[in-house]
Amino acid sequence: MSEVIVVTSGKGGVGKTTTSANVGTGLAQMGKSVVLIDADIGLRNLDVVMGLENRIVYNLVDVIEGTCRLKQALIKDKRHAGLYLMPAAQTRDKNCITPGQMIKLIETLKQQFDYIILDCPAGIEQGFQNAIAGADHAIVVTTPEVSAIRDADRIIGLLEANEIKKIDLVVNRLRYDLIRRGEMMTVDDVIDILGLPLLGIVPDDENVVIATNQGEPLVGKSSLAGQAFYNICNRLVGKEVPFLSLNKNITIWTKVTGLFHRSQEERI
Amino acid sequence: MRLFPFFRPKTSRQIAKDRLKILLISDRVSCSPEMMELIKNDIAHVISKYMKIDTASMDIQIMKTGTSGRTTKTPVLYANIPILDLKN
Repeated sequence: MSEVIVVTSGKGGVGKTTTSANVGTGLAQMGKSVVLIDADIGLRNLDVVMGLENRIVYNLVDVIEGTCRLKQALIKDKRHAGLYLMPAAQTRDKNCITPGQMIKLIETLKQQFDYIILDCPAGIEQGFQNAIAGADHAIVVTTPEVSAIRDADRIIGLLEANEIKKIDLVVNRLRYDLIRRGEMMTVDDVIDILGLPLLGIVPDDENVVIATNQGEPLVGKSSLAGQAFYNICNRLVGKEVPFLSLNKNITIWTKVTGLFHRSQEERI
Repeated sequence: MRLFPFFRPKTSRQIAKDRLKILLISDRVSCSPEMMELIKNDIAHVISKYMKIDTASMDIQIMKTGTSGRTTKTPVLYANIPILDLKN
């Protein structure tokens, strides 16, 4: 039984594409067959984050318009068995496909894959409607900022109105140094406001920038964000994984030693 | 370290949270703060006919039933109106 997951946020730049790339790669590492669909037609980016931009020949719109066969547009990621990418068209716009066509495409893909992950564009227009049309599970990505949370709330309302029953929350780019000073909302604050079950907490991590530069998702690697995305994947396949806690190890002693080892302080 | 917690100014975390809570109430029901104020004044006006109430500290909010959940979709109008004196 395959699962269709849409990664969405409303606001742009909060980490939808990074989350899609890492969740897809992580699930493939666990032996699942996964297809990542870039639903951001006209502003595709999942291909560069995955490092597969040089291998695009056909795209999503070509498949829907019948220019090519489905198989021709699927790019196989050679680093992970069972991982495929369907890129978006770059020279078209979001209005060139309809939700009905997306549902039909997803139905076909369901026969081949365990997980179908859709990277949703920012906004609430046609592109959003296309991306959520065939989904049965939504991951709402937000950061602990007023603007991102407000947009996430709006998106959640629209997902509910579109009868998507399962909606989970990923809080991205947490800065523990700010939280400790009381200058950033905590994960609990965000959950309290949005009222969604928590799927993952991803700390702000420079390794995400490095991984994106290199075109290789960092899921499963030793960095904090890599671990966080790996935990998200584990939860998606039904394993119970504890959430990273920010309060652990903060004692007088670590505070004192932290003065001498700044980098250690930041890793807590 | 923080010896005088009572005198500390509000953290920006708390400010953000408070602003969002109010903002989302009006976003969710597409009801502006001005309209909420009008509703509040009308309610105060009606209740005042029957009892003496503290209009300054009364509070009305539109919320979904259950404190923060999205379990039920019906919003409710919650009014907290302190009564100063019950007239006969």
